[in-house]
Amino acid sequence: MIAILEIILRLALWLVLAPLLPGIINKVKAWVAGRKGPPVLQLYYDLARLWQKGVVLSTLASPGFIAGPAVAWVALVGAALLLPLGPAGSALSFRGDVLLLVYLFAVARFCTAWAALETGSAFEGMGAAREVSYAVLAEAALITGILSLSVQTGSVTLAAMLSQPVGAGAVLLAAGLFAVLLAENCRVPFDDPNTHLELTMIHEVMVLDHSGPPLAAVLHGAAVKLLLFAVLLSQAVLPLNGLPPLLAAVTLGAAVLVVTVGVGLVESLLARFAFRRVPLLLTTAFLLCLFALLLAWKGGAT
Amino acid sequence: MNTTVNLLIGLAMGLNLLALGSSRLPSIIRAMSVQGMALGLLPLLLEHELDWRVVAVALVTVAVKGFVIPQLLRRAMRAANIEREVEPFIGFVPSLLLGAAGTVAAVAGARALLLLPEHAGTLLVPGALASIFTGLILLVARAKAISQVCGYLIMENGIYLFGLLLIHSTPLLVESGILLDVTVGIFVTGIIVDRIQRAFDSLDTRKLTVLRE
Repeated sequence: MIAILEIILRLALWLVLAPLLPGIINKVKAWVAGRKGPPVLQLYYDLARLWQKGVVLSTLASPGFIAGPAVAWVALVGAALLLPLGPAGSALSFRGDVLLLVYLFAVARFCTAWAALETGSAFEGMGAAREVSYAVLAEAALITGILSLSVQTGSVTLAAMLSQPVGAGAVLLAAGLFAVLLAENCRVPFDDPNTHLELTMIHEVMVLDHSGPPLAAVLHGAAVKLLLFAVLLSQAVLPLNGLPPLLAAVTLGAAVLVVTVGVGLVESLLARFAFRRVPLLLTTAFLLCLFALLLAWKGGAT
Repeated sequence: MNTTVNLLIGLAMGLNLLALGSSRLPSIIRAMSVQGMALGLLPLLLEHELDWRVVAVALVTVAVKGFVIPQLLRRAMRAANIEREVEPFIGFVPSLLLGAAGTVAAVAGARALLLLPEHAGTLLVPGALASIFTGLILLVARAKAISQVCGYLIMENGIYLFGLLLIHSTPLLVESGILLDVTVGIFVTGIIVDRIQRAFDSLDTRKLTVLRE
């Protein structure tokens, strides 16, 4: 009973806190640009508004068009349950759960791309193709980063991998995972979430034909994904397990905030890269994670 | 002491990759000059007692590699009106991967070598091998004459790192002699680049292989 209650509480925490992050990012961007900007809670209002709206369905679309966002949302929330929160551990933990985490991300991406293809629009197909071709490189970097954590701690359980103090490769790993975070969440050097210009859109173009509750699921899922990556990055770099619970929670929150503000700053200070430059950046992220892996493997070989 | 040395050499290895990945000439020149400065500081850390000659050579190295040579290159760039974009024969991603593979191979291969016990713990040999390899890639894979010069300089940085292994048995005068040669070489290259630009309207080495009236 207690366990079920705890899972529900954690779930509520993830679901409620996630839409805060895009709000903070937008506020930081507005602040750097000297604007007032939308309120931090804007995404909550948007979600509430979208939830009450009806759905416009194409006659061509199969039920996959509705199922795609739903499955993607469930996969991301499932991933959130797997991720441990400092000394509190994770809601679900078993040997090899890190593989499930990676695959849940992949399922979410597959479903979003699938729903985009369901519309039959060439434009959305292009967005799906772009998303998937970036994901190939970003996933390689993510898996290499996770592998370096695994080698460092000699474990394939997320709770054990993220709890031990990190070695010399932490800086490399942090830089690599940050680039992956930007790519996976369609943030600025890779994609511009604010434009509606057809040449530059990636994630936005995939969800153009969604409306009402499915669009709300897509937007909320994206926010959960951003929070997931921010928490993963913070815990991969900071050893939280030695701290008392309250301090650990505060540290984790502060670290997530720092990552979020960092994303906002990157978005305001960098321009979106041309498509041909993106693989270079993702390869750099892969190499950073690879060097972190080598450092972990050789036991701080410096 | 060893940690600082390794940190500086690690920085140099990172700058190698930066030089391979950047598509603009000024950033390659900047990477090369920062690398030169980082490596120029090494004799100060490696010598146990600070001789005034060691300090002088370190200062001259930092000044020449960090300021004089980059300034000469920038001036040559300005004088010859070179576009800033680098044209690669081998794309940026493949050359970056090649450089990373070279760095990994250098770190792995240096373990197989028979080194003196005082050198086995440092990154001197891997850093030297990685820099030489990076310089080689830059020399082979870039079309612009100035980026090839940068490749040559990164290679020279690698050779300089190798020379630091023998710091106790070779006089630093040899090292400063090499430094002088390099500086003069860059000076002459700067002039030649300007002349080539005037005579052929291009610094693309692909066009320079064809003889014409």
